[in-house]
Amino acid sequence: MDTEAQASPHAMVKAEGVRKSFGSLEVLKGIDLEVAPREVMCVIGPSGSGKSTFLRCVNHLEKINSGRLSVDGHLVGYREKGGKLHELKDSEVASQRQDIGMVFQRFNLFPHMTALENVMEAPSQVKGLRKEACREQGAALLERVGLGNRVHSYPNQLSGGQQQRVAIARALAMEPKLMLFDEPTSALDPELVGEVLDVMRSLAESGMTMMVVTHEMGFAREVGDTLVFMDDGAVVEAGDPKRVLTDPQHERTRSFLSKVL
Amino acid sequence: MAADTTTRPAPPEQIKAVPVRHPGRWIAAVVIGVLALMFVHMLVTNPVFQWKFMVDNMFSAPVLRGARTTLIMTVLAMLLGVLLGIIVAIMRLSPNPIVSGAAWAYVWFFRAIPRIVLLFFCANLGALYGTYDLGFPFDQQIMGWLGLSGDLRFLGLNGNQIFKGFTAGLLGLVLSEGAYMAEIVRAGIQSVDPGQTEAASALGMSRAKTMRRIVLPQAMRVIIPPTGNETIAMLKDTSLLIAVPVTSELNFQLRAIGSRTFQIIPMAVASILWYLALSSLLMAGQYFLEKRFSRGFGARETRNQRAEREARMVGGTH
Repeated sequence: MDTEAQASPHAMVKAEGVRKSFGSLEVLKGIDLEVAPREVMCVIGPSGSGKSTFLRCVNHLEKINSGRLSVDGHLVGYREKGGKLHELKDSEVASQRQDIGMVFQRFNLFPHMTALENVMEAPSQVKGLRKEACREQGAALLERVGLGNRVHSYPNQLSGGQQQRVAIARALAMEPKLMLFDEPTSALDPELVGEVLDVMRSLAESGMTMMVVTHEMGFAREVGDTLVFMDDGAVVEAGDPKRVLTDPQHERTRSFLSKVL
Repeated sequence: MAADTTTRPAPPEQIKAVPVRHPGRWIAAVVIGVLALMFVHMLVTNPVFQWKFMVDNMFSAPVLRGARTTLIMTVLAMLLGVLLGIIVAIMRLSPNPIVSGAAWAYVWFFRAIPRIVLLFFCANLGALYGTYDLGFPFDQQIMGWLGLSGDLRFLGLNGNQIFKGFTAGLLGLVLSEGAYMAEIVRAGIQSVDPGQTEAASALGMSRAKTMRRIVLPQAMRVIIPPTGNETIAMLKDTSLLIAVPVTSELNFQLRAIGSRTFQIIPMAVASILWYLALSSLLMAGQYFLEKRFSRGFGARETRNQRAEREARMVGGTH
């Protein structure tokens, strides 16, 4: 699917002039981009370029300072009423987040719960579904990420790759419309990266809309529909991954790719 | 056979070196031994100890009732103190500056006041107001402005009846313990990786649910050991209830026997032995609780994983 600058009113994620500062440090300097439903967008760039911060803004883990950011047609963290923006209450932000799954670099599994309990936690506690239903769904999800035999293991008894796959299953348990991946393989030993990317690839094939901040150029090339290169808080270049990787138009993209490829 | 021994290399000879002498150990042993002997000699020969009198009286009915009161007071004060501490700690971490400021002021005030002073004050709240009413704040003033008479009060309690004995003592200990527990709970909550809260909110969990389901269970591992110490300190601090006074409490009962019979020393020793026994009981309980809790804490390695890790540390197995 070629989604290069496809201006669609049904964009899953739409960012217009998004700016974010931490104190006097401006980390996002006006981001404009769109992610269509079923699109897989990979975001690359040097550390400190603002790519993780942008991802966290999509989930309202960070508040943006200006611009507009919407997911599935709804402003993130705000409501527009009478030409004015109103902050959403904590409970409303929480219900917005239910539709957005997030996978972290450091997994952030709950260490006092087994793999299955980690996956069951949100459906049973947030959606209030029955325990048996959650258990069944959780076991099926763990099966799907290849961990059907480790349901009763605690996170500390699993390898990094296994933990990250549990984290993906945990996010999927809320049946999100959009999945955010924040450098999901950066904390893994090299031999464990493949198993996580395999799960992400099959998720992409099933039609999930995904934003992936990553350093895995191979994954970006094969699985991504769009590749975005960010530097210094701005989008430098975006487009078809194969074109951006083989024929970058900007000097900064070229110099970054020459260091990582 | 002779050939056998010649072909095989001789086993390495054991080193027979003169060991380092430790004269300091011998000197210390002699000094401590003599001091211990002198101590035992004093216990046995000094007639003031009145051992038989002590044993006869330290298990009398009022003393046993006193021990029960002391234990009940310790448990109640700790339960309510921990509850109060959790509430104050969560308030302290609130993003609302007024709520967190109030929690800070609470901890500041009650940590600064000696327990015995606080207990004395609580015991005399009946002198501050004769009755304590529950009702609308500033009701009389408001009714006055509105040109009405009367008040808006629903329940009146007699101050002199509430704030005495057990209740006053419990109030003082709980208020004080709440401040210490608040700091312990806050340290526990802050020891939990912020990524845990982030992961929970990313799943759409509310702040309260995140605290109850994700943060507090992990904070417990850090909270439990100092809480054990607090419980032991609380047991000992129930002897401060003499400032109220709570007459049914252990130390008060033992002292009462001592003063009545003029056998001060035997009953003071009885008091020492009682607290020693009860504290030791709690310490043993604390030991098992901590052991159980660190084992029960979710993230742990299996026996095989541990063996593997240790093998790796020894090195060179693969």
